[in-house]
Amino acid sequence: MSKELIKDPLNIIICGVGGQGNILATELLASALVEKGYFATVGETYGASQRGGSVMSHVRISAATEYGVLIPLQQADIIVSFEPTDTLRVARDYANKSTLIITDSRPNYPLGVLIGEAHYPAMEAIEAELRKLSNQVQIIEATKLAVEAGNSQAANVLLMGALTALPLVPIDIDDYERILEQRFSGQVLEMNRKVLKVGYEQVK
Amino acid sequence: MEWMITTNEPGKTYLMQGNEAISRGALEAGIRFAAAYPGSPSSEILTMLGHVADEMEIYAEWSTNETCALEACLGASFAGIRSLCVMKQNGLLVVGDALHSASLSGVKGGLVLVVADDPSAHSSTNEFDSRHQSRSAAVPMLEPANMQEAKDMVKWGFELSEQLQQLVMVRTVTRINHGRSSVTLGEIPQQKQVPAVIGEWDRLVAINWFKDAQISKLEQAQVIFKESPFNWYNGPENPDMMIVTCGTGWLYSIEAVKALGVKDSVGILKIGTTWPLPEEFIVKHLGRTKKVLVVEEVDPFLEQNIANIIAYHPELNIELTGRHGQKVIPRNGELNPNVVRNALANMTGTTFTGPEVTFIPPEEAVALPPRELTFCAGCPHRASFFLLKQTLRIQEGQGVVMGDIGCYTMGGQRAGHYLFNFLSCMGAGISAAEGLGQLTRFGFDQPVIALAGDSTFFHSCMPALINAKYHNSNMLFVILDNSATAMTGFQPHPGIGLTAMGKTTEPISIAKVVEAIGCPVTVADPFDITGTTEIVYKLLKQPGLKVLILKQECATLAIRKREKAKVWVDQDLCRGDECGCGRFCSRIWGCPGNIWDYEVGKAKIDEVVCVGCGVCVSLCPAGAIKIEGGEAV
Repeated sequence: MSKELIKDPLNIIICGVGGQGNILATELLASALVEKGYFATVGETYGASQRGGSVMSHVRISAATEYGVLIPLQQADIIVSFEPTDTLRVARDYANKSTLIITDSRPNYPLGVLIGEAHYPAMEAIEAELRKLSNQVQIIEATKLAVEAGNSQAANVLLMGALTALPLVPIDIDDYERILEQRFSGQVLEMNRKVLKVGYEQVK
Repeated sequence: MEWMITTNEPGKTYLMQGNEAISRGALEAGIRFAAAYPGSPSSEILTMLGHVADEMEIYAEWSTNETCALEACLGASFAGIRSLCVMKQNGLLVVGDALHSASLSGVKGGLVLVVADDPSAHSSTNEFDSRHQSRSAAVPMLEPANMQEAKDMVKWGFELSEQLQQLVMVRTVTRINHGRSSVTLGEIPQQKQVPAVIGEWDRLVAINWFKDAQISKLEQAQVIFKESPFNWYNGPENPDMMIVTCGTGWLYSIEAVKALGVKDSVGILKIGTTWPLPEEFIVKHLGRTKKVLVVEEVDPFLEQNIANIIAYHPELNIELTGRHGQKVIPRNGELNPNVVRNALANMTGTTFTGPEVTFIPPEEAVALPPRELTFCAGCPHRASFFLLKQTLRIQEGQGVVMGDIGCYTMGGQRAGHYLFNFLSCMGAGISAAEGLGQLTRFGFDQPVIALAGDSTFFHSCMPALINAKYHNSNMLFVILDNSATAMTGFQPHPGIGLTAMGKTTEPISIAKVVEAIGCPVTVADPFDITGTTEIVYKLLKQPGLKVLILKQECATLAIRKREKAKVWVDQDLCRGDECGCGRFCSRIWGCPGNIWDYEVGKAKIDEVVCVGCGVCVSLCPAGAIKIEGGEAV
């Protein structure tokens, strides 16, 4: 069974903190889309961000044409995030009432919080504001689930599994799996397959 | 993905990063030579070419600096070999003389210079616009609007370069280099170029005799560009308004026209050959309209060159706007879809109707902690900056610290206790320190320290060190040797003993170079905070030029090679807030591995982040931080 692209262009933002693997996860997602014959573009913001800063990837999908790599403000259709404060930071700029927001609830404390100069807000407060910004907020304990599946570093692929289960995203779990097979082998492939399925089941 | 740049599947479409597309384009052109100096956002290109060099039978090197890279390419070109040179915008300024000279002598084998600009300076100290250099040096320039064009323009650039016997520049921006999009592959030639014999009367000489030839090459380029498939107009026959755009501006413009629903009244003239501009082609299309908005990255280069064309064509009657004209696009900063849509809305008197959005008033918004940049856990720069700050606090006279470019540039911020007084370009710290150090004769008695990393030392500090030695300046030159070009992704440099192609070679010792220049040199370990503080203190008291090498490998590299030592806090020994140290480990030392356990009010180690360097063990006044085996690195 193959899904259609319901919204064109479909704008997806994947964000988190440098080192969480969202650039790789995004590249795999967009590769799977290109493999299916869609136009997919990715804009990545990193550079100095690899040293603990915020990292955000924009993915734009169209059946008709190529789009520029950046999503206009307030026009993300889906925001997937690995870190709650980054979810909120990005949602304020890019979400509208119907944006689907999927976020991990595990904090990654910035320097200012570690040294006691800044305060990390409560998850309830973050969630409340997210729900004001959008009608569709879903929390997936991606890191926790990935740890349970055997590897905290696999939270990125787990959230991609969740994406493939959404009617909006025009690929199936098998399409993502095929790209994983292209890139990985042995135990790493098995781990990624496993968490992909865990993520998929969170939404299904 | 390295396999994407070497696979021979013409017609196959893959998602490719701009830098992959550029590497692929060069291989499709059959290059056999590539040279570069690392700089974001261009660094991946030579990294990939180095990795596939053996497989593709090409030569690739990380040159000591950009001038070495361009001139090495010129050498290969002299023997007819197609050569690719890569750098970022700052690097292009470094090669200014070499570029202007090369354009006078021309080239033999195709030579394409890819220069990656960084609008909004995401990973740079500035957002210089490279296009001015192409105009100044009379070098043709191409500007890709997407990843497919990045590949195709690099490939075609080699043909153009050989046709004109001139080097060709391709200007990209961060959103092209680090963006990804669908790219359809071409063929990689199986035939490998062999070097031509350079005969007794063959010449590649850059003297003014060849200026007429240089001008005529530019005029030929203009004729070729008139028919270029990288330039086109799309829109109504006689639009109310025309967008003239190049590079990333093209896709943003299409989206803005669509979003505002003005496609019946606004046309788009897309230019891929931005220097020299195809004048006849532009005049023909500008004649369709009375109002023009120019959309481009960084400076109003295209806009003002179009203004020049208009000035020579009185038949055109155009209201010209852009980053300069009426400033409808901000003069500073990167383009994005909103900037372009706002400019177009402003010019067409239309408004955008977007989806329903809730704006949270600032007083109701959750306060979010900023994510500021810091040195990685276990980074030797943290120790170096801490001990330098400490030494400057205890010695007499206000020290002046001249910084330089690399990871350690962050030392000018909180991560390095705001140590720098000065920061300019690669290699500027030591040169400026030399000048300050000469003022002793006029009564200037403040200690002067210049800092530079190991890669920066090779890149541009050696002539400055000779200058400081020859004129015996009163200063301390500190080389922060972490055995890596860490900021741009750990490319090897001449001190490492490894090449871009992964071959081992004899490393060049920085200490021996310094000694050979005639400077006494001290080598110390930044992780030995007490011992090295004492060394710095003593060196600052000595007159004349002193050189100190602070040697400790980049933590991110080191951790890949050794077993991580276990570091922990004995919370029975940690005195918490009673200690008087003011939470030294987590607050002042500031390593991401040192955290505060709020539940018990004592220090703690984040075992996931800690790399086990153990420096904090020696710094805890209560001796509460422990390391397995009891010893630091």
